[in-house]
Amino acid sequence: MKELKIEATPQNLDSVIQFVDEQLEEYGCGMKQQMAIDLAVEELFVNIAHYAYNPETGYASVLVDVIKDPLSVEITFIDNGKPYDPLAKSDPDTSLSVEDRPIGGMGIFLVKKSMDLVNYEYKDGKNILTIKKNI
Amino acid sequence: MNVNVQKEGAKLILGVEGKLSTNTAPALEKAMKDNVEGVTELVFDFEKLDYMASAGLRILLSSAKIMKKKGSMKIINVTEPVMEVFNLTGLSDVMDIETI
Repeated sequence: MKELKIEATPQNLDSVIQFVDEQLEEYGCGMKQQMAIDLAVEELFVNIAHYAYNPETGYASVLVDVIKDPLSVEITFIDNGKPYDPLAKSDPDTSLSVEDRPIGGMGIFLVKKSMDLVNYEYKDGKNILTIKKNI
Repeated sequence: MNVNVQKEGAKLILGVEGKLSTNTAPALEKAMKDNVEGVTELVFDFEKLDYMASAGLRILLSSAKIMKKKGSMKIINVTEPVMEVFNLTGLSDVMDIETI
C-alpha cells in the first residue's frame, strides 16, 4: 500500500491524481477505467478540500492498494475535518429535463455509479472514505 | 486544458482539448460567457477532450439552460470515456450529444 499525505486544497488535485495513476501504471488500465478512477479521486479529494476544514485548511491522506487476482484498486481518503458523510446526500433525479435540473450534486453520484464499492465511516475523529474498482 | 474559440456569426464553437476538471473548468466557463452574447447556436467540440469531471457537467448544464432560451446547443465528437459521464447522469437523454 502506498500513502500520500497532502494539504487538502484544490491546487493539489493534480498531484493526487498523478500519485494514484503512478500506482496503477504497470497494470495497464483501460482508458475508460482510468478515467472513472481519476474522476472518483477528483470528486472525493475536491470535496475534502472544499468542506472538511473550511474555512481553515488541513491535510488529507490518500492510500492506494492494488489487489491482485482479481485485479482491483482500493483507494482510501482520510481527513481529520468535520464529520461529513458525502454518501448520505440523496441522489439527483437523472430523469429531469435541462430546465428543471439543479446545476450541482453530480460529483458524488458519479462516484457511487462508477465504483464497485463505496464506503464511509467516521472513526477516531477521522472521516474515512473508501472506494474500490475492479480493473 | 485548451479552449479553441471559433465564432461564425451567431454560431459559436468551443473546441475543448485536454482535461476538464475542477481546476480547468472556470476557463471554459469564461470562454463561454465571454462569447455567448448574440449566439443562437452553441457547439462544444470534445474530440480532443480525454477527461471530464462533474465541474465540466456543471458548465454544460448551465450553458444548456442559457441556450434553451435563445437557441440550440450540442456537444459533438464525444469520446467513449467522456460519454460514460453523460450516460451515468442521464444527461445523454436530455442533451444533444454526438459521439465520435
